[in-house]
Amino acid sequence: MDLRYTDAVPSDAEREAVDALLGPPPSGWEGGAERTDEDLRWAKGGASAARDRRDQLLPALHTVNDRVGWISEGALNYICRRLTVPPAEAYGVATFYAMFSVRPRPAKVLHVCTDLACAARGSAAVCTDLTDRLGPPGTPAEGAVWQESPCLGLCERAPAALLLQAGAEPSGAEPSGADGNTDAGSGSGSGSGETFRHSAVVAPATASALVAAARSPLDAPAEPSPAAAVPQAGDPALVLLRRVGTVDPASLDDYRAAGGYSALRRAFALGPAGVIREVLDAGLVGRGGAAFPTGRKWQATAQQADGPHYLVCNADESEPGTFKDRVLMEGDPYALIEAMTVAGYAIGARQGYIYLRGEYPRAHERLAHALTSARTRGLLGPDVLGQGYAFDIEIRRGAGAYICGEETAIFNSIEGQRGEPRSKPPFPVEKGLFGKPTAVNNVETLVNVLPILEHGAAAYAATGTETSTGTKLFCVSGQVARPGVYELPFGANLRDLLDLAGPPERLRAVLLGGAAGGFVRPDELDVPLTFEGTRAAGTTLGSGVVLVLDDTVELPRVLLRIAEFFRDESCGQCVPCRVGTVRQEEALHRIVDRTGAAAAEDIALMREVGQAMRDASICGLGQTAWNAVESAIDRLGVYK
Amino acid sequence: MTAVPLQPPRRLVSFTLDGEESRVPEGSTILDACRSAGTDIPTLCQGDTLTPKNACRVCVVEVEGARTLAPACSRRAEPGMTVRTDTERAKHSRKVVLELLASSTDLSTTPRAAEWIKEYEAKPDRFGEDAARVDEQPKIDNDLYVRDYDKCILCYKCVDACGEQWQNTFAIAVSGRGFDARISTEHDAALPDSACVFCGNCIEVCPTGALSFSTEFGMRAAGTWDEPAQTQTTTVCAYCGVGCNVTLHVQDNEIVKVTSPHDNPVTHGNLCIKGRFGFQHVQNRD
Ligand code: SF4
Ligand code: SF4
Ligand code: SF4
Ligand code: FES
Repeated sequence: MDLRYTDAVPSDAEREAVDALLGPPPSGWEGGAERTDEDLRWAKGGASAARDRRDQLLPALHTVNDRVGWISEGALNYICRRLTVPPAEAYGVATFYAMFSVRPRPAKVLHVCTDLACAARGSAAVCTDLTDRLGPPGTPAEGAVWQESPCLGLCERAPAALLLQAGAEPSGAEPSGADGNTDAGSGSGSGSGETFRHSAVVAPATASALVAAARSPLDAPAEPSPAAAVPQAGDPALVLLRRVGTVDPASLDDYRAAGGYSALRRAFALGPAGVIREVLDAGLVGRGGAAFPTGRKWQATAQQADGPHYLVCNADESEPGTFKDRVLMEGDPYALIEAMTVAGYAIGARQGYIYLRGEYPRAHERLAHALTSARTRGLLGPDVLGQGYAFDIEIRRGAGAYICGEETAIFNSIEGQRGEPRSKPPFPVEKGLFGKPTAVNNVETLVNVLPILEHGAAAYAATGTETSTGTKLFCVSGQVARPGVYELPFGANLRDLLDLAGPPERLRAVLLGGAAGGFVRPDELDVPLTFEGTRAAGTTLGSGVVLVLDDTVELPRVLLRIAEFFRDESCGQCVPCRVGTVRQEEALHRIVDRTGAAAAEDIALMREVGQAMRDASICGLGQTAWNAVESAIDRLGVYK
Repeated sequence: MTAVPLQPPRRLVSFTLDGEESRVPEGSTILDACRSAGTDIPTLCQGDTLTPKNACRVCVVEVEGARTLAPACSRRAEPGMTVRTDTERAKHSRKVVLELLASSTDLSTTPRAAEWIKEYEAKPDRFGEDAARVDEQPKIDNDLYVRDYDKCILCYKCVDACGEQWQNTFAIAVSGRGFDARISTEHDAALPDSACVFCGNCIEVCPTGALSFSTEFGMRAAGTWDEPAQTQTTTVCAYCGVGCNVTLHVQDNEIVKVTSPHDNPVTHGNLCIKGRFGFQHVQNRD
């Protein structure tokens, strides 16, 4: 069947934005101004040829949203014509992501984080002030609109806000990030003569700084360097963080002078099977939360007869309280690129994707710049390091959906579908991105591959414990003196970590592992920060979140925020999660100020719903949405 | 003329189902195995002509060694697997799923829903008066069929039938996300302004009555819909040379709706607008 489009036409700006991404329309059939004689003789290679470009849908939606601020019916139509995508499906995709709007809205949107770490550090007061000065959230004022946002991954500088401004960059403006600028100053092209900013980060945020930034994004304060998020910066014991703050993230030469690209050379010397053996021997397990052995994943992917193979780097760090991958990508972007090249080589992939959180403008710039320079110097492309291995990497921006950090939801998102998780089996190593064998690793996992190859598996495995080898990054936020990313060898305990960060005087609880993790009590600080140690203590390391709460925090509100987060971020595909998260939030609302017998009935109800969510949801989001609340009830006795 | 489609013999997989050795052809789902063993597993989003989407999760069963429960409708039986359909865990999930659905949507026209709610002792009311509901008004924007998304369980079957699995029209998709997800046309346009070709194949597969013929919707509203009094006659559509099978549902000597047999190897229950909705002329008596 032919696809049917409505009569709505794009504005010139929308058309221009789409054409800048996809090139001019090759024919009148694809939305060109007129049909030429030639078009009338033009036959395309069937629907499948057109559907090959479905994966450009998300980038195309981004490009219109970046330019105009929202996606009109005409723009959607034009995108659909260009890509041969049914408009109803494209609408379904556009409405899936929080960063897109299909209704008109101002060019400037201010996202103010009200998530866990920011709430613990005063986001509520910022929002109250902002309501006084700009009106309630969602009402446009002064060409801007502000809204509450889930975690922005800036927790070490909480409370945080992110301003996004749509528009065309004035011609002549420095293309951001490509200027080799090293002062680590701003989110977007801080070169002199800057006249436009697509994004600005304000963290820590005050209402007056936010109002100023909303009036003129150029007035937003400069962002501190990524090293400011690493309190241990300069410590010679650091492994994964060793270059953050000591090398210029925009300089490939600096990276090489600091030992960069020796791991890739070693990889070529070992051959793909040798690399996998080394990673297996090192005992590296995934740092994204599931703790699956990385070497086994690579081996399983490498062995698949079907091809091509893909490598996907999961850089969609949306777990509330997590920001380590952001700091790595901003502070040491080449390390990720080198590690991905090694991984791609090991699994036999020629194409890698970095699926990056849409809310990370600075990481995007740094990575984009690093990719370009690596390509220019033959470290990516048809013949990497002259070794006859072809590999390249593309960045795909997410658009505000926590669920897209789920490994199979990433595939759907990249492919231009709604970011709904797929059921497993089949597993990604068999049928992943575009239905082909795919290895998905998160940023921290990949970066671990460098020290493994540089010093050998044995040296790597000498750090840590028997089953948790190497070092681990922790994102410490909340009420501590020095929030930030910490790197510790596995085996250190929670107390050691808190001592580094400066614990509050009256500690109430620590949330370990993020919204999907669990709370621990002040008398449990001896819990070893290893996969096996936390498991034995009935909690989890998860993605490395350590959110510290003192006794000024009202725990029932924290739990409510967690429930609200899951309700908001559920993809809606399966019933236990879609409705269960709503019922959980409702019950928490009912008991927010109650205890004991008055809360018992609702707690019992939540337990029953929570059990079904854990057992019957399709993916990890629904399966873990009850964990933190349950641990707060059982371990902290919140409603006692 | 008899055409018996010969298929290559399939290998049998043997696994344990509720303590009994079970042998099913390779590729069978656990649900297939249950059905041939006579075990009744409730299903809502599963459809006989579509690839299972396993979204409702009411068919979950316990697979030994697995951390979570498995959807029987789509998990394939594997050699050596041990499956139990009647554990407390499985029954608990089914009960809660029924409660969650019935408390948020209107299941009054979903076949067997009431029966399962009773069987599993589900109590949809226990989430209280204020429990959020889908709360949609019926969308009546054309003369042929009504979309009453208050009854929609988001099983994706209409989307799959309209899209690449059958019709390839792609008029409807899921929009929004989480509890706000809805089946919708592009920019929520009315059906006549959308790509819809009114084949009605979405109505054919909808398991809840969220999509229904205008005739049925009107008669239900008027209280005159009387299914037990209806007769069904399968005959051949006379509009064109394809010759699809149509089943006429007749009440009081009036055709009230038209379906099509799902086991027909050519159409699998799909029709076009003429066969599905063009029945007025038959009963035009002047
Ligand atoms: S568990 Fe939640 S997020 Fe995961 S598939 Fe189901 S509805 Fe979507
Ligand atoms: S309208 Fe019917 S077929 Fe479509 S998703 Fe809803 S319940 Fe399923
Ligand atoms: S249903 Fe449509 S395609 Fe089938 S025989 Fe009737 S008119 Fe022809
Ligand atoms: S930025 Fe607010 S919780 Fe992380």
